[in-house]
Amino acid sequence: MIDRLFNWMDDRLAISRGGRHLLNKIFPDHWSFMLGEIALYSFIVLLLTGIFLTLYFVPSEATTIYHGSYRPLDGAHVSEAFASTVNLSFAVRGGLLVRQMHHWAANIFVGSIVVHMLRVFFTGAFRRPREVNWIIGANLLILAIFNGFLGYSLPDDLVSGTGIRIAFSILESVPFVGSYLAFFLFGGLYPGNGAIIPRFFIIHVLILPLIILGLLGAHLGLLVRHKHTQFKQPGAREDNVVGTPLWPSFMTKTLGFFFLTTGVTALLGALVQINPIWQYGQYYPWKVSYAVQPDWYMGWLDGALRIMPSWEIHLPGHMIPNAFFPGVLLPGVTFTVIMLWPFLEAKLTGEHVREHHLLDRPRDRPVRTATGAAVFAFYFVLFGASATDVLANYLSITLNTVLWTFRIAAIVVPIIVWPIAYRICKELQRTPNAGKRKVHNIVVRDANGGYRTIPAEEYPGYVGAELEPLDVEKIEVLTAAGKVTEPGVYEIPRDYR
Amino acid sequence: MSDEHGSGVPVNLSPGGRPLGQRDPHASPVQRVQVDLSAPQFQVAAKNPKRTERTTLVFFLLALAGFAGFGAAYTQNASNFLLGLSMALGLLMFGFGVASWGMFLMPRGPFEEPRALMQTTPEEKRLFLGDFESRGKVAIERRGFLAKAMGAAAAVLGIVTAFPLIRSLGPLPKKSLYRTKWRKGSYVTDINNRRVKVDDIDVGSMVTVFPQDDVGGAISQTVLLHPQTTDIVTMTGRETWAPQGFIAFSKVCTHAGCPVGLYEQATEQLLCPCHQSLFDIYSGAEPVFGPAPRPLPQLPLYIDSRGYIRAQTGYDEPVGPGFWERGGTT
Ligand code: FES
Repeated sequence: MIDRLFNWMDDRLAISRGGRHLLNKIFPDHWSFMLGEIALYSFIVLLLTGIFLTLYFVPSEATTIYHGSYRPLDGAHVSEAFASTVNLSFAVRGGLLVRQMHHWAANIFVGSIVVHMLRVFFTGAFRRPREVNWIIGANLLILAIFNGFLGYSLPDDLVSGTGIRIAFSILESVPFVGSYLAFFLFGGLYPGNGAIIPRFFIIHVLILPLIILGLLGAHLGLLVRHKHTQFKQPGAREDNVVGTPLWPSFMTKTLGFFFLTTGVTALLGALVQINPIWQYGQYYPWKVSYAVQPDWYMGWLDGALRIMPSWEIHLPGHMIPNAFFPGVLLPGVTFTVIMLWPFLEAKLTGEHVREHHLLDRPRDRPVRTATGAAVFAFYFVLFGASATDVLANYLSITLNTVLWTFRIAAIVVPIIVWPIAYRICKELQRTPNAGKRKVHNIVVRDANGGYRTIPAEEYPGYVGAELEPLDVEKIEVLTAAGKVTEPGVYEIPRDYR
Repeated sequence: MSDEHGSGVPVNLSPGGRPLGQRDPHASPVQRVQVDLSAPQFQVAAKNPKRTERTTLVFFLLALAGFAGFGAAYTQNASNFLLGLSMALGLLMFGFGVASWGMFLMPRGPFEEPRALMQTTPEEKRLFLGDFESRGKVAIERRGFLAKAMGAAAAVLGIVTAFPLIRSLGPLPKKSLYRTKWRKGSYVTDINNRRVKVDDIDVGSMVTVFPQDDVGGAISQTVLLHPQTTDIVTMTGRETWAPQGFIAFSKVCTHAGCPVGLYEQATEQLLCPCHQSLFDIYSGAEPVFGPAPRPLPQLPLYIDSRGYIRAQTGYDEPVGPGFWERGGTT
């Protein structure tokens, strides 16, 4: 029966042709390769929970009077969007769980993309031939952030409504076309004519998910075409991939990780309340809530808006508003530099002539690692700056002190981080086995009755750590210095490492 | 037909592939090859497979319990906590089960596959470009005018479809960013549609007010303050704007448009909760802290004969955050 079914399909779809390659596709075993998987799986969770939510959510700004199971809001004048969100949280069985899972999955989605991207950056996996995939990934991050923002704006509650107002102002701040952009997206002057929620809805559930799906397909397609990168380890070379085949080991493992990701999301959805809009209440343009903090991935932008000095540029008849610098210029420059980085680095190192399939350990690229760490520190400071008011309250210091601390830190911290990270890399380079996996030792007794240890085989055929080949240029330095005179195994003097 | 027009026999551009003549009569038979799995790499990874099997089994049983628990919780309309916890237990245990199966009860490896250079060979490039360019040339050569005409038509298509696609999305800004609904004589009205009279406002209090025809308006919203009972002069030219200590400013923050909602009576300052800009009331809502670049526009008020607070005129500058066309006023 199965034979016949297989035969029928195979003769029509030619599964055997090429399918075998797929079964045998090798996935390197390293925990850091799981980060991208988490991103992928949280996206699937988003799709599944999102479909559920669309069945109950009403994307409309029309006013209605709430009469639902949440007593404190009974009789309140709210929008359809707000009322339906409260309803699907309280009146639909399992609705709150799915809604909280959806929100948590969004946070995990963006978070895992960022961490995955850091992994790719610090190990140099973005280098030739994978520059295009790096750019696709950066765009996926942008879309994920945008869609997260649109998503939490949909319930029309007081906190997110304030965020939409800020978004309008940021759009408006774009030189030349800002007011047109804002008017066209919002359907008119803020707060629009009831167009915001329906438009955000369709962008959030259809347009952006489609683009994300397309890019994700390209991202994974390129990954298959390029095959995986891998860390330097015994047996791993530029011209092979060592690890676990797709069938059956990797497939099973990764299926397990999918369920684990979903399970963690469900656990968060059950235990940790997120975005309780019934506590914030309906959005009204003249109302404002006190602790206005966006979702975490918007934090760096919010922080930048806060610590930006109160400058504007005035030109004859025109102006560049304050919000342009932190709201448009900063993210614009950020993502441009991210996307151009592979090319910048290749220019600086002259390495674009070669394909790279073996990953760097971050310590072996001190300049890149230090630069990445410093830049990351900058955004981390901005992220912290989105909590200026909370910190001032909590630590009982004046807002002024907190603000200036962050303004100074945004400049000083990266400057301090760079040399420290560079130093750490250099130190680690001098400790060849730091961070390497320990190998078991077997104690044996030799013929003379003495004891000695030999490293155990990690797996059959394992021959212990190989000497890592030196770069050719270093060999040249060593030969020139007379340290290396003929072929053989050498202990490399400290200062040449 | 003459040779010039070809003989009607197609040219094969892509030789290769399985010829039709080799077709199996019905379906290609399923043939099995027993792959040799005796190499140590094919042994399971677990040191003690029996124990791992047991652990995995426990995971799956717990998963089953979790999923069943979810079903029970659902039928009982249990709390979010129980629903989520049972579902999470099921999913996590299922995940652990599948993952431990994959990690420990499968070939330990390592395996490898070869990797070819991504870079194509000159030969591949030559053949591809040969097909692409030589045939493309036939299509385009001496027909540049066709390409131009086609391009022109496509460009017009692009432009005319951009209008319904983009232009219909919203009205043009025109003057709407410059104006609020405040006019000469507008009544200062609160959110409950009550026109505000002098006796309604206690000293030291703050009310959000609107012009009577735009109650609840996001752009017209204004704060009415009453810090003292005598006239306030915030700057020259504004001598009559705050009679008997009633003073009004646009509530739309000049930074990013949040409602400037907090009145700090002790310091006579207005605070925007979004990014903590502070505006000093007595100097005409001059920003004294935070990112806000410009003062909040002040609304000139007067008190009519019946004691209603009204606007002398509208705002004399656009309210809220800046925009490109706004011009260089400070
Ligand atoms: S919107 Fe008021 S400080 Fe930013």
